[in-house]
Amino acid sequence: MILLKNGMVYLSNDKKIIKADVLIEKKVIKKIAPSIDEKNAEVIDCAGMHIFPGFVDMHCHLREPGYTYKEDIASGAASAAKGGFTSICCMPNTKPAIDNLSTLDYIMRKARDVGKTKIFVIGAMSKGIEGKEIANIATLVKGGVVGLSDDGNCIQVAKLQLNVMRYASIYDIPMICHSEDYSLSGDGQVNYGYMSTKLGLPGIPTLAEESMVSRDIMLADVTGSRVHIAHASTKRTVELIRQAKKDGIKVTAEVTPHHLVLNENACDGFDTNTKMKPPLRSEEDRKSLLEGLLDGTIDVIATDHAPHSDYEKELEFMKAPFGVIGFESAFPVLYTTFVKTDLIKLEELIDRMTSKPANIINKEVGELKEGAAADLNVFNLDESFTFDESEILSKSKNSPFIGMNMWGKIYYTMCDGKFTWKV
Amino acid sequence: MKHTLNLAGRNLFDLDVYTVEEIETIFETAKVMKEINSRDYKKIPTLRGKTVATLFFEDSTRTRISFELAAKRLSADVVSFTTAGSAMKKGESIQDTVYTLNAMGMDLYVVRHSCPGVPQLVHKYSQKPVLNAGDGRHAHPTQALLDMFSIWEKRGSLKGLRIAIIGDILHSRVVRSNLIGMKKMGANVVVCGPRTLMPPKIEEVYGVQCEYDLKTAIKDADVVMGLRMQLERQTEGLFPSLGEYTSRYGLSNKMLEYAKDDVLVMHPGPMNRGVEILPEVADSEHSIIIEQVANGVAVRMALLFLILGGKPGREVA
Ligand SMILES: [Zn+2]
Repeated sequence: MILLKNGMVYLSNDKKIIKADVLIEKKVIKKIAPSIDEKNAEVIDCAGMHIFPGFVDMHCHLREPGYTYKEDIASGAASAAKGGFTSICCMPNTKPAIDNLSTLDYIMRKARDVGKTKIFVIGAMSKGIEGKEIANIATLVKGGVVGLSDDGNCIQVAKLQLNVMRYASIYDIPMICHSEDYSLSGDGQVNYGYMSTKLGLPGIPTLAEESMVSRDIMLADVTGSRVHIAHASTKRTVELIRQAKKDGIKVTAEVTPHHLVLNENACDGFDTNTKMKPPLRSEEDRKSLLEGLLDGTIDVIATDHAPHSDYEKELEFMKAPFGVIGFESAFPVLYTTFVKTDLIKLEELIDRMTSKPANIINKEVGELKEGAAADLNVFNLDESFTFDESEILSKSKNSPFIGMNMWGKIYYTMCDGKFTWKV
Repeated sequence: MKHTLNLAGRNLFDLDVYTVEEIETIFETAKVMKEINSRDYKKIPTLRGKTVATLFFEDSTRTRISFELAAKRLSADVVSFTTAGSAMKKGESIQDTVYTLNAMGMDLYVVRHSCPGVPQLVHKYSQKPVLNAGDGRHAHPTQALLDMFSIWEKRGSLKGLRIAIIGDILHSRVVRSNLIGMKKMGANVVVCGPRTLMPPKIEEVYGVQCEYDLKTAIKDADVVMGLRMQLERQTEGLFPSLGEYTSRYGLSNKMLEYAKDDVLVMHPGPMNRGVEILPEVADSEHSIIIEQVANGVAVRMALLFLILGGKPGREVA
């Protein structure tokens, strides 16, 4: 038994933080109460610390199989644990793609062996994520995927996307849409606008996202399937989702920490760690994302943790791949930028990183309450640190936040009653 | 000489971090260099023992020759690296290329690349001064300096001049550096071209005027600059035909009547005669296109001289 004493505990049922002790027996949270005495327990003093449910990330890339020089399941899980995550969902753009049972089984088995975090798998929508033929969706669902997505390979042909959604609509799983019209984004590198003009780089217009979000919402409407808009990045995307929700269409959405915190100006200087898809947008877009998060239009925060090796990122801007890592900076960046400045309530932030994503993937994870799995983390919110490349556990170091001073230092992560990260 | 600013060790990625005084220092030094170029014996020993590497990851014979000539006239050794048949084709990275050259003792790099930001990358790996000789459609500061120098020589200043730049603004690196530099030197700049070839928010980014009608743009201009139209833009669907382009945006004598009587006509070259500029204009008394080329060598000599440690002043000659 483990007894966490005197922490500030977030209670998932009430979305409230109270001073309490938490008793863990084996894999389960046995008791949460103002004061617990348990002689047989290992006692951990959490005075001055916050105890949150383990974070749930519904969008990340673990790169195994196929690209293990960037990340593998073990290094990804370790990085997630250090960020306070206890459940993560990996995207299917591996090699081979997760469009078949053997790859799915391989990842699930490997995830169990590594054990540092719960890993849920997103299956492919199309075979080989090639956007040509519908994947063996029923098989994948039976095999345990928690969502379907072709992610960055966004299906361009509306008819195929329609069939995927229609076919999958009999299962209660989200269609996770990276909405991007390639004919509009083309070889774009940064936001089409101020920065693309200043830097002389081809731009990715907001329209490339918004026109596809419109399509995906309309397809959700006609098929009745659940659509989840991945990494929303523009003002109009937020408006489209807001309207769709009003219209009763089954749509949910996520936003990443980097799109919430940074705008396109971060690209000035050609740092390839600011190159991502969708690109960092204008300040107006960024503010709309925050607004959308606050009013519930955007449901969850997801990292889109996308590791790439140094030698891929340290190239010419046009040649470097899109994407940044996210597990280890997600909470401190958001806490520092929004909670410390009173823009977001701490309880709200935790909800968006735990219960909300867990609901969308339909898993009973990320809840701090009696009887739930002992998935939690312990942060000292009064301690600051500099986000240092040398301390990153991911194999890749492609973060735009390196060097940033952040508040909220993590001390422990626990998954199923076992410590997966300790300072 | 008015200015005695020291530019030693500086990079020239773009003109944004250069002050008016620094740009004038370059102009005044270029004037001296131009005099040297007019001598029978066109060489001074100033940079003897220094090695300049020209890294042209993208072909541009004109610009490369201009830089190499500039370096040689100052007696620097020149190492020339082009991608044709080089290790880059075998997958060697820019990082490796620069490490290799650095080990051989380069003092300054001149960099041309099709991707924006590569000059910064070369500086990061070399820790040596870098002159940007054109990075994608981002910047081409030495071209902008020679354009501005050509105007400055004729008019004594850029302050208050109305300068119209016509053509494919979107894909032009020359324009971006010129807008920064010309605005800084006090000119009023108007850009003009088809809307599909206009970058977004250009007024906001550079503080310039944007027009889609040639007459309006040229009206009362002191300087008119045409830009090269790349033919592949037509197949990309950015404009329908060369004929339509020329009829809307080609620089003709008829169009020049809207400009000031003593208007200067410029073009960064190479020209498509009969497309963006008609021969009657390119060869008219208003045209200073050939002088621009000559000034290019002088301006690049001035930059190499100042950045490799020369002090402005009499010591030049
Ligand atoms: Zn993604």
